[in-house]
Amino acid sequence: MHELSIAMSIVDLAIEEASKENAKKITEIEIEVGTWAGVDSEALLFSLNVTKQYSDVLKDSEIRLIKREPLMYCSGCNREFTPKVQYTDTCAYCNSAQIELIQGRELALSSLSIQE
Amino acid sequence: MCVDHGTNHSHYHHGHDHNHDHDHHSHEHHHDHEHEHHHHDRKIEVKRDILSSNQAMAERNRGYFEAKDICCINIVSSPGSGKTTLLEETIKLLKDEMPIAVIEGDQHTTNDADRIAAAGVDSLQINTENGCHLDAPMVNHAAKEMKLQDHSLLFVENVGNLVCPAMFDLGEGLRVVVLSVTEGDDKPLKYPYMFESAQVCIINKIDLLPYLKSDLAKLKENAMKVNHHLEFFEVSAQTGEGLSAWCDFLKSKIQK
Repeated sequence: MHELSIAMSIVDLAIEEASKENAKKITEIEIEVGTWAGVDSEALLFSLNVTKQYSDVLKDSEIRLIKREPLMYCSGCNREFTPKVQYTDTCAYCNSAQIELIQGRELALSSLSIQE
Repeated sequence: MCVDHGTNHSHYHHGHDHNHDHDHHSHEHHHDHEHEHHHHDRKIEVKRDILSSNQAMAERNRGYFEAKDICCINIVSSPGSGKTTLLEETIKLLKDEMPIAVIEGDQHTTNDADRIAAAGVDSLQINTENGCHLDAPMVNHAAKEMKLQDHSLLFVENVGNLVCPAMFDLGEGLRVVVLSVTEGDDKPLKYPYMFESAQVCIINKIDLLPYLKSDLAKLKENAMKVNHHLEFFEVSAQTGEGLSAWCDFLKSKIQK
């Protein structure tokens, strides 16, 4: 259940960012979660809904998880593809091994909607 | 404030139940909602990595360890893979050659720190209570409490868990995953994040191989699929087999 400590980090980050803007309330938090970020979305949402209650700024906020599907880029053929398994080692188009994951590992506080 | 509170409350009164409703049906509801807020709400882009505060503390720890020439080793594994026994035996072999300290992470008890103290080196127990992993601030506090010596080895024995500790950089110089041969050859594929984030894989309890169907070559192949940079040591902490290669490796980390 590392989602709980991740939720606590999100709460801290959100409060920090909101205070920079002198916000009184955060009404919405958008969080990017990659499929392969190693985080269970349901557990994260549950944890956030618990932890946000401890902050007056945050407790009425809506939480939106933006899922990021895995995407790989092949520099062999300059194409992007969706890998079928996590440790894909060759390009789906040209079989080249010059591939890298360009999306799907995100774990970021994307944006906040605030009331001043 | 009271007024705001009132209106918001009607929306959120049901806590997470309400939220689940949101996910399952009623897109409309969602739109209504956004509409309502549109006038007074301002959206700010944040784009911050959620683990950034842990990462920042990890880098502070790393700088401290580097400055003192402390090789900090984060030892991770499932519960029962033999981390503490491996440490006890490693300490016996190395404690006369270099200063060693150990930070022990467990949910409860000081059993492991007591075992390490009995092996004759400084140890400090962190009890995470309900936590499933150590994080960089915990290691920072522990390191401040201990009198760590220059040119020394610092082992951090993480909470036995192959999932959560993978995500938390402690500021270690080296991450070592311990896997015992009784756990199944496909463990690296089942818990890839841990094997991906480690530099060294210790395969423990090799003295049991004659009694098992375990296939060491297959196990390594699976680990290499996840992380082809892994360096392997095959040991039995119980019989001492393979420990000298592991200890030589550790010595090479300090003598620089």
